[in-house]
Amino acid sequence: MAAFFRWLRRNLVVIAGLFTLGYLLLPNVVVTVFSFNKPKGRFNYSWQEFSLDAWKDPCGVADMCGSLSLSLQIAAWATIGATVLGTMIAFALVRYRFRARGAINSLIFLPMAMPEVVMAASLLTLFLNMGAQLGFWTVLIAHIMFCLSFVVTAVKARVMSMDPRLEQAAQDLYAGPVQTFLRVTLPIAAPGIAAGALLAFALSFDDFIITNFNAGSTVTFPMFVWGSAQRGTPVQINVIGTAMFLVAVLLVLAGMLVGRRRNKQAK
Amino acid sequence: MTTVTDAPPPKAPAGEDAPARGPRKRGRLVPYWLLLPGILWLLVFFALPLVYQASTSVQTGSLEEGFKVTWHFATYWEALTDYWPQFLRSVLYAGAATVLCLLLGYPLAYLIAFRAGRWRNVILVLVIAPFFTSFLIRTLAWKTILADGGPVVDALNSLHVLDVTSWLGVTAGDRVLATPLAVICGLTYNFLPFMILPLYTSLERIDGRLHEAAGDLYAKPSTTFRKVTFPLSMPGVVSGTLLTFIPAAGDYVNADLLGSTDTRMVGNVIQTQFLRILDYPTAAALSFILMAAILFMVTFYIRKSGTEDLV
Repeated sequence: MAAFFRWLRRNLVVIAGLFTLGYLLLPNVVVTVFSFNKPKGRFNYSWQEFSLDAWKDPCGVADMCGSLSLSLQIAAWATIGATVLGTMIAFALVRYRFRARGAINSLIFLPMAMPEVVMAASLLTLFLNMGAQLGFWTVLIAHIMFCLSFVVTAVKARVMSMDPRLEQAAQDLYAGPVQTFLRVTLPIAAPGIAAGALLAFALSFDDFIITNFNAGSTVTFPMFVWGSAQRGTPVQINVIGTAMFLVAVLLVLAGMLVGRRRNKQAK
Repeated sequence: MTTVTDAPPPKAPAGEDAPARGPRKRGRLVPYWLLLPGILWLLVFFALPLVYQASTSVQTGSLEEGFKVTWHFATYWEALTDYWPQFLRSVLYAGAATVLCLLLGYPLAYLIAFRAGRWRNVILVLVIAPFFTSFLIRTLAWKTILADGGPVVDALNSLHVLDVTSWLGVTAGDRVLATPLAVICGLTYNFLPFMILPLYTSLERIDGRLHEAAGDLYAKPSTTFRKVTFPLSMPGVVSGTLLTFIPAAGDYVNADLLGSTDTRMVGNVIQTQFLRILDYPTAAALSFILMAAILFMVTFYIRKSGTEDLV
């Protein structure tokens, strides 16, 4: 008994940590299990019986797949926009000295330190005052705005840890500025840019609050889920949620495997 | 529209330390060209809207006749007297969720940093993976988990946990859904990864030899934690608490999906005022107060905790 308590004390942090991990993953388990449910009535909150109906017909709900493809489109464009603008800012911040540096740093930091609802509401007042038509473009503008800071942070970290002597070496070997940038700087900064782009995509795709304020009658996937929480949740929502989770985990695992193989080759 | 074509390609800094004179004058403008499009975007779509919001908050009028700036500052006072319970709730719920996130997140971050061994990357992936399912779908799953008479609620009931929480006033009777506890639980769940990741980053940087040294100096494991590990992880604690508290205080999704009309937070009020009641001045004033309160708290907190190099 004493040995058990000693073991418990030594591993208490592991048990507590695994409990937290369970807390984090439990909703995903529920989402997956309930994608095989056959609910009575409009809401998919209590277990009835096993069924593959939703998986056989994932787009069987009116407007859901349309909203999904709209979300993917917006996320793709927002990722491109925020990554290009953010990477340029990150390079300028790390590589050059210029005036108003502090002000620019706070302008980039503030959107990340602001509650989303404040940004959403203030942007809506701007669009209302300008008489802008709410829809695809206003959502895209908003998404690029809040993804930008995250891209800057991700790229900045990578560029800062870069050895400037590599570029000097390239220039010593008679590479022009453009050639140095394309063949030395960009490849080294690529993992940071990729991380920023991935983050931007995830943030934009899953954004609800800012979209809710600035979308007008345009329905993105999170907006569709929000609406269905009021009207009735189709099982297909869970199918999409489960599929997204699986695809993401598989992609990450594949990336880890490739990285490990590359490391082995490098050694 | 989204891809910028008018800016020159970023130039490699050819000997940027050399004094820029004559032909290098063109190169000196490079940083400004690089900054211009992105900063302009932030100025027009982040900073300018805040100005518009401030001006909207002092307007009066109606939807039909239009709103005019009349410097009607009483809106602020009315918003505060009408909605102080929602403000208070936001701070309390977000504060409770932040504390719970810290209590739940610290062991897991510690586990990943020091005890996971070759499982480290797998657990890290499992912490991030839920992000890839829409958070609204995952929040709806809590409706199932906390359902009346479900296994979780039954277990809490038979362990008399619900008696304690009822006494604290965060649950009512034998149900969890539609109570403050459900909202706090949802907020904790939604922002937990934002606590775990910064904690993990700062714990991982700690030199393992410091633990050995503490042990060699006859420190008990608990003393080592109190005197070495925890103080060194403070940057992670500070940025983790900020990253949970700020979004939680402005959230309205959890209060709407898991709560009831008695758990409405300030985010819910801003949302309904803006999108359903269309009382723009009140909504703008509320949003402005929320922003000011949070910026004030954050600055105070960062000063207090002495870590100013978070950015």
